[in-house]
Amino acid sequence: MDSTHLEALAQEERDRQGKYKRRIFCCTSTACLSAGAAITHNTLDQALAQCQCDEEEAEIVPTGCMGLCSQGPLVRVEIQNHAPLLYGNVSADVAQQIVTEHIPLSANEEDALDDDSIDATTPHDFMHLRASGAKKSLERFIIPLDSPFFAKQVRVVLTETGQINPEKLDDYLAHDGYQALAHVLAEMSPEDVCEEILNSGLRGRGGAGFPTGLKWKLANQELASEKYVIVNGDEGDPGAYMDRTVMEDDPHRVLEGMIICAYATGATSGYLYIRGEYPIAIRRIRRAIQAARRRGILGKSVLGTEFSFDAEIRIGAGAFVCGEETALIHSIEGQRGIPRIRPPYPTAAGLRDRPTVINNVETMANVPSIINKGAAWFASIGTDKSKGTKVFALAGQLRNTGLIEVPMGITLQEIVYEIGGGVPEGREFKAAQTGGPSGGCIPKAHLDTPIDYESLRQLGSIMGSGGLVIIDDSTLMPDFARFFIDFCVDESCGKCVPCRVGTVQIREQLDKIIGGNAGPEDLDRLENLCNVVKKTSLCGLGQSAPNPVLSTLKYFRDEYEALLKVKTADVTNN
Amino acid sequence: MIVPNKTATGNQHPSGDERFKKIDNQLRRLKYEKDALLEILNSAQELFGYLSEDLLIYIAKQLHVPLSRVYGVATFYHMFTFEPLGEHTCIICTGTACHVKGANRIIEAISDKFSISAGETTPDGLFSLTIARCLGSCGLAPVVVLDGQVRGKETPETVTRRAWEIVAFSKDKQAEGS
Ligand SMILES: Cc1cc2nc3c(=O)[nH]c(=O)nc-3n(C[C@H](O)[C@H](O)[C@H](O)COP(=O)(O)O)c2cc1C
Ligand code: FES
Repeated sequence: MDSTHLEALAQEERDRQGKYKRRIFCCTSTACLSAGAAITHNTLDQALAQCQCDEEEAEIVPTGCMGLCSQGPLVRVEIQNHAPLLYGNVSADVAQQIVTEHIPLSANEEDALDDDSIDATTPHDFMHLRASGAKKSLERFIIPLDSPFFAKQVRVVLTETGQINPEKLDDYLAHDGYQALAHVLAEMSPEDVCEEILNSGLRGRGGAGFPTGLKWKLANQELASEKYVIVNGDEGDPGAYMDRTVMEDDPHRVLEGMIICAYATGATSGYLYIRGEYPIAIRRIRRAIQAARRRGILGKSVLGTEFSFDAEIRIGAGAFVCGEETALIHSIEGQRGIPRIRPPYPTAAGLRDRPTVINNVETMANVPSIINKGAAWFASIGTDKSKGTKVFALAGQLRNTGLIEVPMGITLQEIVYEIGGGVPEGREFKAAQTGGPSGGCIPKAHLDTPIDYESLRQLGSIMGSGGLVIIDDSTLMPDFARFFIDFCVDESCGKCVPCRVGTVQIREQLDKIIGGNAGPEDLDRLENLCNVVKKTSLCGLGQSAPNPVLSTLKYFRDEYEALLKVKTADVTNN
Repeated sequence: MIVPNKTATGNQHPSGDERFKKIDNQLRRLKYEKDALLEILNSAQELFGYLSEDLLIYIAKQLHVPLSRVYGVATFYHMFTFEPLGEHTCIICTGTACHVKGANRIIEAISDKFSISAGETTPDGLFSLTIARCLGSCGLAPVVVLDGQVRGKETPETVTRRAWEIVAFSKDKQAEGS
């Protein structure tokens, strides 16, 4: 299939969608499913079937994450020529009501819509409900789409997430899917693509923030009979689900970015390494690969050109360290996931010692938009050194939790208080934890920091892959630090001594402090130990494992001191 | 060098268990490459629920790699288990979001009620308690999976009650049967 055929399919799907008066989108992502979305979706389907209206009246579309997970299950109703309506906490009863109240519009009711008593500020779509007199009970479930939770967000990676049926390639096509790939293949040389990505300022979203265009260029310049592309979907940070959402809810966007990367670097095959705990993501990506192969988007002669590329899935088996690129490569090779010393970097010698580009899921998902809208457009979002947007999984003690995408440079203040709606009543904000076990805690005093790679690092945390957990005064910092160290003790692969032994020592030291058996000198010892582990570990796991301890020691030292057997004050007084 | 028997006939598992045939099929698809080890282990765990010694020996033999290597790889990854799970399972998420929302209290409550700690199965084989690191529903923390059903915003009371109910139901059925 070539690109004109692609456009025809897209148009066909757009026409099909256009003929429905209403489209009712039901979130069926993991978070909403655990809130009961399967029943919601079923009820919508059955209710629609029962009302025996014309087919054009409405279509029910299962979609991915709509963002506000704490209010799930979510349902969005789009009525032609009207602003969409979002409903939250949609139980089976509410779902039934949504269908019955929205759909049967007899001629009388249409007349009622011209009623002057409805003032201009009433949401347009709501007039149907007013007219049918059933507004009150449904109105309670409406979530305003102009609330800060939505208004403050900028969607690039999540453009189609929650808008399309992730299991339908044509739906992605109808939203300009694979246009970027078609453009790249027809108009750009591989070097042009590397240059464009470099100019956009896109940096790796897997944590370290390496310039993506540069990585591609390095791989492009390698001479080898075979090169590989790997998408890192291991998402080890416990408390984050950005990559899972993108893979589940917009799998073709990830594939498109990956194929463009392969073209730019000269790779002919590639792997998507997906965390084993994500069965739905695995299934959706697998289906996406099959659909893409059937349409000639993957395989020999991509979109009818001379370029060939195919992709396969590899499933991780639960080891945090496998997110590290060299460990991931070992894992794909069927070995233990143990990192090795770099250089050589994977771009020179990666999978099976061939040049290999490894990029995070979200990094890849940015690529189609950069190609479609241009490097300059992308570079206009964000800060001087951090361009574009970042997806965060907002969790913990907040009113609104869920998945958000914000421009780089937004402050934590805005995220916590405007998007997140602040901590629930009666509680006090204590810290924002970013970067998971490799990151740190940011206290209230630094909430005005703009989010970018450099500022977060300066605060002793990291951007990480996008976990953002808010903690309140019910969490004690030494306990919290111990929680992360415990994680690293479990996850250390055991190859290098500083990480294997050092993390255990840090935990013992913390236990001594928490148990009330430590003196002031133990705090210094702990700090020292952390710095040694940080400086001497082999890979990023050990190098960053002490961050949660160091950052809490820095900003919440009083909580540690309060636990000491002999208080610091007593020592100085004597 | 021993050449792997690519047709696999005469090299099958003597039990004739269908699940071994599925593994053989996958081995063939992956061309008996040593790279395939992790993939095979994943499928084996999925098919059998756990990796028995017999299964590991079989995989080692089919791939022509030392058993120690198969064992080494299998024990490195957390998702592989070497003993069967109980009839009912409860997975409690202890990721960061669930941790700050009190996942530990749920673990304590379940441990108390069933007298087992995380990673163990009750002596009657009816109930296993395992912990997971982030199930990806952090917005609904704390999250628990009871018999495959993911549930958010749980409390120690709701989880123990439901777990106790499903186990009691099985016990009753057992009693009826005997
Ligand atoms: C311990 C450790 C865990 C990591 N986990 C992940 C992960 O889960 N996902 C990811 O994309 N990158 C992870 N990384 C970063 C990768 O090594 C690598 O830098 C990244 O995949 C490169 O892609 P990017 O440039 O697009 O960010 C991890 C690194 C370390 C040291
Ligand atoms: S931390 Fe429990 S679901 Fe993510």
